[in-house]
Amino acid sequence: MKYLPLIWAALWRRKPRTIFTMLSIVVAFLLYALLSAVNAAFNAGVEIAGADRLITTGRYSLTQVLPFGHLQQVRSVPGVTSVAGQSWFGGYYQKESNFFPQFPTQIEPYLEMYPEIVLPEEQKQAMLNTRTGAIVAKTLADRYGFKVGDRVPIIAGIWPLADGSNNWEFDLVGIFDTKNPKERSMYEMLLFHHEYFDEARQFGKGTIGWIVIKTEDPDRNEEIVEAVDDLFANSPNETRTETERAFNQSFVKQMGDIGLIMSSIIGAVFFTLLFLTGNTMMQSVRERIPELAVLKTLGYSDVGVLALVLAESLALCVLAALVGIGLAGLLLPGIAAKLPGFSGLALKPEAFAGALGIAVLLALIVGLPPALRAMRLKIVDALAAH
Amino acid sequence: MANTLNQIGAVTALNVRSIPSRLGTSLVIVIGIAGVVGVLVALLSMGAGFAATLGGTGTEERTIVLRGGSVDELSSVITREQSQIIGDAPGVARDADGKPVMVAEFYLLTDVAKPDSTSPNNVVVRGTQSDVARVRPEFRIVEGRMFESGVREVIIGTGVARQFETLQLGGTVDVRDGAWNIVGIFETGGDVHESELWVDAGALETASRRSAFNSVTLQLESADAFQTFKDALTTDPRMVVNPQRQTDYYASRSEQLHMLIRILGYTVAVIMGIGAVFGALNVMYAAVATRTVEIATLRALGFGGLPVVISVMIESLLLALAGGLVGALGAYLFFNGFTVNTLNFQTFSQVAFAFQVTPELIRQGIVWALVMGLIGGLFPAVRAARLPVVDALRAG
Repeated sequence: MKYLPLIWAALWRRKPRTIFTMLSIVVAFLLYALLSAVNAAFNAGVEIAGADRLITTGRYSLTQVLPFGHLQQVRSVPGVTSVAGQSWFGGYYQKESNFFPQFPTQIEPYLEMYPEIVLPEEQKQAMLNTRTGAIVAKTLADRYGFKVGDRVPIIAGIWPLADGSNNWEFDLVGIFDTKNPKERSMYEMLLFHHEYFDEARQFGKGTIGWIVIKTEDPDRNEEIVEAVDDLFANSPNETRTETERAFNQSFVKQMGDIGLIMSSIIGAVFFTLLFLTGNTMMQSVRERIPELAVLKTLGYSDVGVLALVLAESLALCVLAALVGIGLAGLLLPGIAAKLPGFSGLALKPEAFAGALGIAVLLALIVGLPPALRAMRLKIVDALAAH
Repeated sequence: MANTLNQIGAVTALNVRSIPSRLGTSLVIVIGIAGVVGVLVALLSMGAGFAATLGGTGTEERTIVLRGGSVDELSSVITREQSQIIGDAPGVARDADGKPVMVAEFYLLTDVAKPDSTSPNNVVVRGTQSDVARVRPEFRIVEGRMFESGVREVIIGTGVARQFETLQLGGTVDVRDGAWNIVGIFETGGDVHESELWVDAGALETASRRSAFNSVTLQLESADAFQTFKDALTTDPRMVVNPQRQTDYYASRSEQLHMLIRILGYTVAVIMGIGAVFGALNVMYAAVATRTVEIATLRALGFGGLPVVISVMIESLLLALAGGLVGALGAYLFFNGFTVNTLNFQTFSQVAFAFQVTPELIRQGIVWALVMGLIGGLFPAVRAARLPVVDALRAG
């Protein structure tokens, strides 16, 4: 600890240089933190998927419809505690860019299956008693100014009303939130009754898009998956059942090469940074050769000098990394509020730990060459040169 | 004036000739800026390639008709009767037999897994007619043959063939109601259809038990006939449909992802650029510091402040230009033509596209580099010119 003032003094020997170097590292870690938050948001669905939830879709594609009767049959499979059918409504509010998912479903079992969705009890009752009712995520309500009691018009992208019109209207009776604010982006949606949907639509009556299943015990999932799919094997409407986790994962995987590109960006940023910082450290040691020689003359060991230079590099990188991450922490809530579909954008502890790890690694890579040089310094030569 | 120019020339030459002796630190600017420009150009070329693949689909005379309110083919429904009304509308091109040049198609998705995974990818299945080339003359079979009418056979686009190695000529693919034989590979000039599986509409209709089409695509007599055609359909009380020029339709389907990639690209480039400017400032301050005595000597000899400022700026700009060129060239070499696929969430289906490093993007990258060089050089240059001559000489 007693060396701290020495390291500190060495670090600020040339203020502008240290500040500029530090700022460029700050910027790199800011970028790292922002990109990993975005990446985490993409993967959020996988992590928050309920272990006891399964999804049953058509065998060939999620977009196939299933007969409503499947729902009853699945409910009677041993080990299944509740089921809800859902459909993709695919509508939009006012214009296409105001897009958010809407799902007709069986509200009561659905809310039971998703305890992470929090809806005040009286609003839940109101929803169950209102045929044309709808509940919407708080983030959406805030974005579009929806209030309980409003009539929310939604333009149908797929399902016209029986008279051919696309103008659906729902009575907003509830606004829900998620227990954990970080999960908001996963449940940014509007829910309404399947019964009303099926009655009012022009075609496709008697069908649902997919089925959400809650199982008694996640250990029985495998057995239940098989039992459900066997039920409909060789029928005109074969199914494919998988865990909610696998189902969500397949969406992330479908983004395909985008994830790879994200990592490449981070790689390029740090490679660039390595050069900038490494150069500064080299320069700084070069300038201080006489001083380091004096330290050695005073009795500092070779390893001691090596440690001093490394500690300086470590202080520079870790300090800058902390500032960068802190800055990201300040910016993220603002970005999350503006970016539709990313309301859960936040820094995760893993990203924080990763950043510190990278900072230490960076410090070692850029600090080691000048530190070694300082260690090998011959006092006589170093002092003579000046 | 001529004198100042001479002075600028002399000082700049001095600076530039001394770059090799400061190669290490000068490389920092070059590599720092190359990194920024490389990332910017690579990201933007991804966006450009994606937009070009979708935007390059169809021609002005080609029109796609969807159900009114539907924003894409997947969510659209066009009945058989509606498709006939559409074919009889004014403005539709007709062939020698008087038949409208149109095709009513099914559009659905099927799950295809990549070789090393089981997770599904949404691949488009287009149920079309064997004489589809009437409407899409760019269509061409490159291997194998066309599917036969009424038979469960599939032809796959070259984009699909490249991205999904599990799908091969002679193999099978699950479409609906079991596996169908792959009998051909087709191309359509690099547009979005190359990411699709094409099958016979009749066969698909039976297998998927559908009764209504998803869309109608047709040729107009000319691009100008569009308004007449559109007015005739939108005022028809029998149906609510939305005709769009095919070019407009596909351009609108790439809008969101293209925008997202562009926002990402510019945000990353701005943030990284700030980091690189700090690096450049460092290097240029150091460069000025090591030349304090030379600069002071020049000033003592009667050289003005302006030539000193300009010469430092030119040095910084030259290094930045080199960095910009290296970055843009690197992006071109590594990424141009690099094919990837992703889920286009506006159509909920997989699209294969190639990165396109266009001259415009290279120009943008170099401008970006020069701006960074300008900022990185300006402050050190001003400091160099303000150096108190006497102190600087004494320090040396």
